[in-house]
Amino acid sequence: MERFIEDALSEWMKGEGPDSDIVISSRIRLARNLTNYPFPMLATNQQSEQVLGKVSDVIHAEDLKMLSHFERIPLSEINELESKVLVEKHLISPNLAEESRNGAVILSENESISIMINEEDHIRIQCLFPGFQINEAYELANQIDDIFEEKLNYAFDEKRGYLTSCPTNVGTGIRASVMLHLPALVLTQQINRILTAVSQVGLAVRGLYGEGSESLGNLFQISNQITLGQSESEIIHNLYSVVKQIIEHERSARAKMLTESRTFLIDRVNRSYGTLSYAAIMDSKEAAQRLSDVRLGIDLELISNVSANVLNELMIMTQPGFLQQYAGKKLSTNERDVTRADMIRERITT
Amino acid sequence: MICQECGEKPATLHFTKIVNGEKTEFHLCESCAREKGDSIPGAPNGFSIHNLLSGILEFEPAMGQNIKQQKKVIRCENCGLTYSQFRKIGRFGCSSCYNHFSGQLDPLLKRVHGNSVHVGKIPIKSGGKIQFKRQIKDLKKELQSKIDHEEFEEAARLRDEIRDLEQKISEV
Ligand SMILES: [Zn+2]
Ligand SMILES: [Zn+2]
Repeated sequence: MERFIEDALSEWMKGEGPDSDIVISSRIRLARNLTNYPFPMLATNQQSEQVLGKVSDVIHAEDLKMLSHFERIPLSEINELESKVLVEKHLISPNLAEESRNGAVILSENESISIMINEEDHIRIQCLFPGFQINEAYELANQIDDIFEEKLNYAFDEKRGYLTSCPTNVGTGIRASVMLHLPALVLTQQINRILTAVSQVGLAVRGLYGEGSESLGNLFQISNQITLGQSESEIIHNLYSVVKQIIEHERSARAKMLTESRTFLIDRVNRSYGTLSYAAIMDSKEAAQRLSDVRLGIDLELISNVSANVLNELMIMTQPGFLQQYAGKKLSTNERDVTRADMIRERITT
Repeated sequence: MICQECGEKPATLHFTKIVNGEKTEFHLCESCAREKGDSIPGAPNGFSIHNLLSGILEFEPAMGQNIKQQKKVIRCENCGLTYSQFRKIGRFGCSSCYNHFSGQLDPLLKRVHGNSVHVGKIPIKSGGKIQFKRQIKDLKKELQSKIDHEEFEEAARLRDEIRDLEQKISEV
């Protein structure tokens, strides 16, 4: 359990996935509910306790044990900072951390599987893979779903499919999403055109790391909006083919920059590398931008003495919850900026 | 791109609803997205959850009090949520809500998803019958096309297959 909170990089993130120069991770989330219990929002304390018990029991299923060892963490047993770290690692949602009653998460050993209990729905099965592996993530999520279904009674309706608390999830209950790093499309100012186009084919795009502000670090999450009236494979295929095209656009934008403005690129990525190596104060916005530059430098082989893994790790470690966990205490904004700079210097220069 | 709501902050959420050929684009900043969350059908998850949860907790005690005051209130008999409460918070209270509000749901689901009927995965345990029904529907379509093309031998085989499945359904 301490490992889940102390290590920034989940074991699964250390693996290299396909297209990992652009696709950070692929995620599938399935929303499921039990019959005979109100959804978590209206459940009494006793009811949500029963749901917690029933769902938790499934970790003893033999089929599940064959996939991995699993550990259950009730939210009531960890402190605010610890749950914040789990949020920053994308292992639980902010909603589970802040709002749930009798909420818990079941985590696999490598943290690629996380099953939230008593979030907005009774069960949220999530599978995370490095790189572009959305089909692989679905296969695993589907397998886990079958194991849970065998042991539990799901709320399912012939006409409406899997019944969920929010009407935007009903039907398949699936949310497939891919996190992309698109610095060249941002630098060449093609990003808005592409995001608009993507949003017109039934997919949603959101910038990441925006604390009420813009998208930082050139990270974008693309996911399906529609869950009803399309099969899982149609939904995933649609996302897959759109992301495939975005990857091509980003690659050609990178190639073009490399030939047409090589010196500009070398200057930019090394300037950021230099700043990260020496700065003593670093706010989250600057850190996200500089880390994005260095990552681009690594992907284009302009920087060779830092690994992509260190970058992935820093993207998570430089967020507020993790910084405070690292420091072992609550930090003010100014203190965070200093700790962030310390941590980056330490990691990036070794 | 600037947020279309406040016209100040940069937009970080982009999506479009296309329902029956009618397009609506949304380009919002985080804070406007959060505020608008419950009025945007199909807004991706995790938007207005804060508002929504605080919303339901506020009017929970009032439930049951004003049943008699309002006429023709559509209410889920299982969890007590009324249809107008559902519209306000954008969340169902329990799986029975889908039955009790079924008369109202088609237009809503069509607006959100462009569709109102599930065609995806069917659970193995509870969905056995449904699985057979779907297979029969597909086979009947195939059967008709075989008949149309005068492939009677194939048609006879399909007819047997359909009969077997119908038998299975009656046994489930
Ligand atoms: Zn705005
Ligand atoms: Zn209900």
